[in-house]
Amino acid sequence: MAEYKWPEAGKRALIGKRTNRVDGPAKVSGSAKYTYDVKRPGMLYGKILRCPHAHARIVSIDTSEAEKLLGVKAVRIIQGPGTEIQWAGDEVVGVAAVEETIAEDALRKIKVQYEKLPHLVHEEELEKVGDRAKPAAEQVSGDPDSAFKEAGVVVEGYYGLPVITHCALEAHGCVAEWEDEQNLTVWPSTQGVARVAGQFAETLGLPAGNVRALMQYVGGGFGAKFSPDRWGVETARLAKQAGKPVKLMLERAPELMVAGARPSAFARIKVAATKDGTFTAWQSESWGTGGIGGGGSPPIPYVWNPPHQRKRHTAIAANIGSARAWRAPNHPQACFLTMCAIEDLAAALKMDPLEFCLKNIALTGERSEIYRQELIQCAELMDWKKKWHPRGDPSVGPIKRGLGLAIHTWGGRAHDSECRATIHPDGSVEVSLCTQDLGTGTRTVVAIVAAETFGLPVDAIKLNVGDTRLPPSGGSGGSTTVGGVSSSTRRAAQNALEQLFAKVAPDLGVAPEQLEAAGGTIRVKGNPSKNLTWKQAAAKLGVTPIHATGKNPGPGNLNSSGVGGVQMADVSVDVETGVVKINKMAAVQDCGLIIDPKLAESQVYGAMIMGICYSLFEEKVMDRATGRMLNPNMEFYKLAGMADIGELVVQMVTGPEHDSRGVIGLGEPPVISPGPAIGNAVANAIGVRVPTLPLTPERVLAALEKGGVA
Amino acid sequence: MGKRKRTDTKPETGLSRREFLKGAGLAVSTPLLVGEGVAEAARPATDVKILGPGKVPLLLRVNGAKHSLSLEPRVTLLDALRDHLDLTGSKKVCDRATCGACTVILDGLPVYSCSVLSVEAQGKEIQTVEGLAKAGQLHPVQAAFVENDAQQCGFCTPGFVMACTAFLDKHPNPTPEEVRRGLGGNLCRCGTYVGVRAAVLQAAKTIKGGGIHG
Repeated sequence: MAEYKWPEAGKRALIGKRTNRVDGPAKVSGSAKYTYDVKRPGMLYGKILRCPHAHARIVSIDTSEAEKLLGVKAVRIIQGPGTEIQWAGDEVVGVAAVEETIAEDALRKIKVQYEKLPHLVHEEELEKVGDRAKPAAEQVSGDPDSAFKEAGVVVEGYYGLPVITHCALEAHGCVAEWEDEQNLTVWPSTQGVARVAGQFAETLGLPAGNVRALMQYVGGGFGAKFSPDRWGVETARLAKQAGKPVKLMLERAPELMVAGARPSAFARIKVAATKDGTFTAWQSESWGTGGIGGGGSPPIPYVWNPPHQRKRHTAIAANIGSARAWRAPNHPQACFLTMCAIEDLAAALKMDPLEFCLKNIALTGERSEIYRQELIQCAELMDWKKKWHPRGDPSVGPIKRGLGLAIHTWGGRAHDSECRATIHPDGSVEVSLCTQDLGTGTRTVVAIVAAETFGLPVDAIKLNVGDTRLPPSGGSGGSTTVGGVSSSTRRAAQNALEQLFAKVAPDLGVAPEQLEAAGGTIRVKGNPSKNLTWKQAAAKLGVTPIHATGKNPGPGNLNSSGVGGVQMADVSVDVETGVVKINKMAAVQDCGLIIDPKLAESQVYGAMIMGICYSLFEEKVMDRATGRMLNPNMEFYKLAGMADIGELVVQMVTGPEHDSRGVIGLGEPPVISPGPAIGNAVANAIGVRVPTLPLTPERVLAALEKGGVA
Repeated sequence: MGKRKRTDTKPETGLSRREFLKGAGLAVSTPLLVGEGVAEAARPATDVKILGPGKVPLLLRVNGAKHSLSLEPRVTLLDALRDHLDLTGSKKVCDRATCGACTVILDGLPVYSCSVLSVEAQGKEIQTVEGLAKAGQLHPVQAAFVENDAQQCGFCTPGFVMACTAFLDKHPNPTPEEVRRGLGGNLCRCGTYVGVRAAVLQAAKTIKGGGIHG
């Protein structure tokens, strides 16, 4: 049996090289077909009437006028009279019509009566949420009371991050088409093609094998696209009722209102240190909402583990769309709450936070040495020692400049994956697995691993993904994909190669174990001139292709989990206008063996930009009176643009000790630190903490009213 | 920012900029820029004729080819391209002229096709991302996007490619500052701006070097 391992550093033809994204040409030419682009013969367009109230009971629904409209082919009540609606924008009636505009007309003809009920959409003040609070038990470790009493310095603060949305550019939705009464094909926009098919089947009461899901491209997910969702299942039901395929993609407003929310997190935090800057104690009262279900509890104190702790978290049931996993679930919130408190503690000690972190680095546990190196590396990239000043930029004029830092971690253990590698007698190669490429570069990674193993160029690999008739692979969430698909592909390719070696070994007059695949040949190890070209070797197969599978988990140490990273920000704040500008950010990140550094860097750049978005701009603004989202559009739910990002520097940490860890996911970790890195830089610049994100001019000016350098 | 010399933060009016902004309510979430190259909606025709609400015959010239269509006058250029001509490269994202994912070039100018009616686009040369590559060879802007990994999920990419193409037409030798400002009309959620920035500068060089075709 083959020994499953990654090729050694000197023997890698492709792994670790800067390969271009294999689906780049399809994306830049507009030929990449997303679910949103799928058009089926006779396809209808679906639309959904949504509840305008944040909390209400449906009294009556009259769809008769909509049904009479020419071109309307199906009308379905999704939630009927008597239903209690818990957030504005929840689904009430679905319609399918021959054109999108007619479906919109039909929605306007539906009459629904509601009985309004009291709602809660604001949770930034714990005292004002009443019986919506669901406190968890207090957790205590060490002796926090004594620690705070004996501390040299104690700092108390309030910090928070509001609910934000995912805002993938391709909205949620799908196309559904029934082959017959019992067999359904769906084209979902999803992060998990294999999984979502099973969920459709289960909800619709079909055998699992009767639902086929197909998806080649997805326009972003960021954690919000795992389930078929109620609108997806309703699309299938509308299609069945109408006897035609139906496409239903959410419009931007519902996409922002109901299709993705990162839970908020607020906390009153007390931290303590000895006079020499040893971090001793943490106490927190935290709360947040992820919708009516409450929401997750951020793991605080994050990364740092001081000996004495007391903490309690309260989940708040609010009438907003329910929470979904948002890139690195709970970590950005935990990192912000923790790193801001630490920065404030360092400021009270009149210590450089870099020095404070290095002094206390042992409190980060098993990865402390990596963090230490990454802090030093990142500080060099930022020229930290030269540029850092104590809190409050002393320079004259309204523009104040400051530096901030944060550190983060993530697991990223490889998911289950099965891959089939096929070598055809004509020498062509197929690699097949039901995975999905969210734009992270999954296709490219699979192609590189297969090509590396076969000794072929990347473009010799024909990739088949995004179809439930292929061997299954896990959903793409939690940075689990790259480890899973690279490992299953490596094993499948090694298995296929082993069969090919057995076939051609007699022709080369050696044992199969003495063969290797490299440079487009099958050759004898140590005697490369004794070889067959790949095509000649494959021709020995006669008429029967080789099909070999590989799985993850499986034999050999091809992947692991657990990464660290450090980010630092340099900002300018105009203390007259409150506008924060990013001058520069640097990220130093480890993630084990890197298959394609070009795409790995893109992940980190992208995560930093996403981090700038939620640090400076993003907030789901809720109207207290109506309970509706006030900014369900892209003018007022703002994302950073080209001019907002400053200079970004990414440094991937590599080397033999990281290669030996195998492949580890990267999607989540670099999106965690930007909030506190930027927030701390602003505090360092203006001399006062802006307690909550996003750091809008309004919030900066409000903080300056209370103190600081202005 | 460092160049700005300002010692007196209270101007003669007695109102600092901060107070002014607070008073005017403008300090709240003011967008940081309006790019000069932001795609603009086409101007309405001068001789206004009432059309619809039923379908009307329509002639569109897209990527050099003429297409006869019958559409309701409320159908946008974006929907006409996507739903009726199967040109799905242009994407609908914000549907209100904010994000640029639907950018096409109309008589040489980048426009948000979600906010142009198809009836308004008649008589104009419409260029979409599908028409950019010639004879299977990527346009220098497209090639530079691939080389600089200026895409992730790729949903904003066609719009960005068209915006960059139109931008380089107007600014063949762009400075980094012009790139920053001029491409402010397109938004990306994956965060590909670093790649786009590099791609547009590289494409400018390729085009200047005669690498452009057709």
